[in-house]
Amino acid sequence: MYEHIERNARVTWLLLAFFVLLILALGYAIGEVSDLGYAALPIAAAVAAVSATSSYLYGDRVVLAVSGAREVSHDEQPFLHNTVEGLAIAAGIPKPRVFVIADSAPNAFATGRNPAHASIAVTTGLLEKLDRLELEGVLAHEIAHVQHMDIRLSTLVVVLVGMVALVSDWFWRSMRWGGRRRSRDGGGAAGVLALIAVVLAIFAPVAAHLIRFAVSRRRELLADAGGAMLTRYPAGLAGALAKLDADREPLEVANKATAHLYIVNPLKEWGGSLNALFNTHPPIEERIRRLREMAGPTADFPEAREPSA
Amino acid sequence: MAGWIVIGIVVLLVLYVVYLYNKLVVLRNRINNAWSQIDVQLRRRYDLIPNLVEAVKGYASHEREVFERVTEARAKAIAAGSVGEQSQAENMLTGALRSLFAVAEAYPQLRATENFQQLQEELSGTESKIAFARQFYNDTVLRYENLRQSFPTTLLAGALGFGGREYFEMEEAAREPVKVQF
Repeated sequence: MYEHIERNARVTWLLLAFFVLLILALGYAIGEVSDLGYAALPIAAAVAAVSATSSYLYGDRVVLAVSGAREVSHDEQPFLHNTVEGLAIAAGIPKPRVFVIADSAPNAFATGRNPAHASIAVTTGLLEKLDRLELEGVLAHEIAHVQHMDIRLSTLVVVLVGMVALVSDWFWRSMRWGGRRRSRDGGGAAGVLALIAVVLAIFAPVAAHLIRFAVSRRRELLADAGGAMLTRYPAGLAGALAKLDADREPLEVANKATAHLYIVNPLKEWGGSLNALFNTHPPIEERIRRLREMAGPTADFPEAREPSA
Repeated sequence: MAGWIVIGIVVLLVLYVVYLYNKLVVLRNRINNAWSQIDVQLRRRYDLIPNLVEAVKGYASHEREVFERVTEARAKAIAAGSVGEQSQAENMLTGALRSLFAVAEAYPQLRATENFQQLQEELSGTESKIAFARQFYNDTVLRYENLRQSFPTTLLAGALGFGGREYFEMEEAAREPVKVQF
């Protein structure tokens, strides 16, 4: 279990480091070659950061409202509240606010910029269809997201993606208006750099999105491992995932903007290995397999259902 | 020139020791906080029990032995001093509660009441929270001990006043068959 957690955390930082290098390369190439100069990168960063700030501060309220979530009291949902409180104690974070979404599709999400301002929402479908151990597994996954500050991380990633998109866009505009800075070298070096800049400007935005999805998938696996750590019972979450996989009912309130927050992808998943790079969640078979690895060979484990076609 | 290097190294060493000391302080405080968290949940449990006893008494007032056992075990657990005493008293209380619920099993009208169901849910939730609090306590002790025992912190920990901390071991009380007299 500890190894899974360490590995996932490491991969996240590697992805982010690669992202930063990509951005620096883009910034350097564009700075050398175009009229924008090196100022382009910091300015893009500032613009992206400002637009992300309101999302960071108010995003949780927006997401909860858009999803039709209603805050529930302890008396309305004693088991839900007790479980969330117990898991928050185990995770060492303050107890998040608890919301319920009236929808028969089973799903759950966590939101909030830090553990002190966190909220967890579950659908009525989830409460009805899962047993107690499975529900505990799902809630532990969400609490792990809060504990790992994944909302903050994904906001940071969105800022980086925004930066890349902005800089590439400005680069194309400056090219169109005919600005090309005379390189100090002159001649061949400027040509090569220009080519690199063009290539980067084309591929950087795509690469940025790919990295964003890769980070999202990694954090989902990390939250699986973190949740299993909290309950010390990976089979609970595995059973829940198997049930959720079999239940293909689409969640009405979810859309592309909020899909990444849910525990299983509420929208259609892309098949095929190339399309899989654009998925926000890893395939459920893989998640269940990893949970089984954590449980150990002798553990009592529910069999994963056959994935529905 | 060599003098400056030596001073630089000494400064770095001092800063490192300060860093280790602060880290140990933070981890130790976390352990104390985790311990008091266990206590909070235990108190919660003690508070729930009298209501539960009253509810069952309403239907099975003749089962006096069971009620006395529960009340006595609860009083002992509240009064317990050391960790060992506490652990033992908790095990006895759990056993007594089990008998109480076994008694309630025979009274479906009692079990159907909202009051009883709420108490049962709350008690079960509280016991779950106690388990989570103990787990968190052991996790914080692990992190503390990992730092305290590893090199080079282990050289300094004793001198700086950081002793070892114990894990909360759960001794399974010998399972006695629950006797219910009708």
